[in-house]
Amino acid sequence: MSQQYGSSFEREEDSSNGPDADPTPAPTGAAGQTSTADLDSLLDEIDSVLETNAEEFVQGFVQKGGQ
Amino acid sequence: MGVETEFGVHYSHPGSRPLTPEEVARYLFRPVVEWGRSSNVFVTNGSRLYLDVGSHPEYATAECSTLDELVAVDKAGERVMQELIDGATGHMRADGFTGTIYLYKNNADSAGNSYGSHENYLLNRRTEFRRLSEALIPFLITRQLVSGAGKAIGVRTGAGDGGLHGAGATEAPIPGPPEPHFAFSQRADHVMEGISSATTRSRPIINTRDEPHADAAEYRRLHVIVGDSNMSETTQLVRFGATDLLLRMIEAGRPLGDHQLANPIRAIRQVSHDLTGTEKLELRNGGHRSALQLQWHYLEQATAFVRENGPHHDRVPAVLDLWERTLDAVESGDYSRIDTEIDWAIKHRFLSRYAAKNSLDWNAPRIAQLDLSYHDITPQRGLFSLLQSRGAAARFLDDAAIEDAVDNPPPSTRATLRGRFIRAAREADQTYSVDWTHLKLNDRPLQAISIKDPFQTESDRLDALIGHLRHATGGESASSSVHPV
Repeated sequence: MSQQYGSSFEREEDSSNGPDADPTPAPTGAAGQTSTADLDSLLDEIDSVLETNAEEFVQGFVQKGGQ
Repeated sequence: MGVETEFGVHYSHPGSRPLTPEEVARYLFRPVVEWGRSSNVFVTNGSRLYLDVGSHPEYATAECSTLDELVAVDKAGERVMQELIDGATGHMRADGFTGTIYLYKNNADSAGNSYGSHENYLLNRRTEFRRLSEALIPFLITRQLVSGAGKAIGVRTGAGDGGLHGAGATEAPIPGPPEPHFAFSQRADHVMEGISSATTRSRPIINTRDEPHADAAEYRRLHVIVGDSNMSETTQLVRFGATDLLLRMIEAGRPLGDHQLANPIRAIRQVSHDLTGTEKLELRNGGHRSALQLQWHYLEQATAFVRENGPHHDRVPAVLDLWERTLDAVESGDYSRIDTEIDWAIKHRFLSRYAAKNSLDWNAPRIAQLDLSYHDITPQRGLFSLLQSRGAAARFLDDAAIEDAVDNPPPSTRATLRGRFIRAAREADQTYSVDWTHLKLNDRPLQAISIKDPFQTESDRLDALIGHLRHATGGESASSSVHPV
């Protein structure tokens, strides 16, 4: 599958969009309740973004330890 | 404050020759090397990007003085990594490798090798380290109730690391049920010691390497390497916010009681594998406390401390509120009031529903794959990102704040000077050397700038140096791009 968003490591971005783009974000509090339907649909759809052979996929992820 | 994140590298191309993490990492860092002539660079938001031990791409946030800055700069790191994936995917296709690169912000691979999420806190040198660590370690061992990333535990293959770091593993068997289950922490099973100067060999809870990158007479660095990598903004808020409150109480000399654990490494694993939070941990003084009791104690102390001294920032009430609701949830077994805000609960909610729907157990390969997917940083397929986009994971920042933090340093620390310097030097096409405290143009070594105060945000010397650069390039810098694509 291909991923196309964000161009490359180098960005042609304007630095002057202000230091504080988000002055008063909402407090965390009891967060918006997810509609059950939304989560149910993701339970169905998630299989389509996962590679098919789960066991082979998981076993294929081996890397030396870091810190 | 700052946080360093090591990412897991996974290349998948079923039916084809696998590429090693080393090979993939080389592709990932090709544009970094072209940009900075090294695989160890500081980027324009003041953070450090490099390739660490074990070919783990690592991102160390710039110094931050607020929780909003820290979480934004950390989440910006995921976007920086995504850009590396995009670039590498193109180069690899050109070379005939058409598989998929996954980068995981998690703490273990499928063979039990671990990598970390390391927090750095700047402390007053006057606080005695021994008193600090005695008070802090019981908090850190039980903090996973609140800030664990959650993990589906399948077949138990023994304790700790396999592979390179397996030597010490047999010394600390993992307590907890032998059957497959869900645990609070990714990292707990890989921690080998309480305090140590080592990081890879015997992963401690607190690492003693004291590199304050500041005036060492005034400050010391506290390097906490026991934490899980978090995906959730709100979990990070309470993780860093609660730890900061603990440290402020310790610095203020507030007595927190003697809760030193008889066996910290056994205790951290007991806590991780007991979702009820009630298992008794043995204290060195002969008593016993559960993880919940200890966390309630620290929360009560922090609440009283804030009541007496006032909140030192405007997120304190949110930190205390989420901390309390999370302990309530563990105690009652009803996660519904935190399962959009705390990583382990968000993950537990989705994985347990998926398992029920498909009649799977916690040891099913599909569940392990979903657990990895939760930490997959690629937005349109990573499970956490998909949950967030559907409102099943809360946030307190927005996309604009994180996008801004990709390019711009946090304004309240010296990172803002580092960011300005890097940008100006690149605009003038000058080679330079940068570390946490120094800024130097290679052509003007005598004008090197040393910034020992982490809170310094203005510098006449830097203004003058940048002025020289602009003058020397005849004002052409306005037309040259910082980021030649």
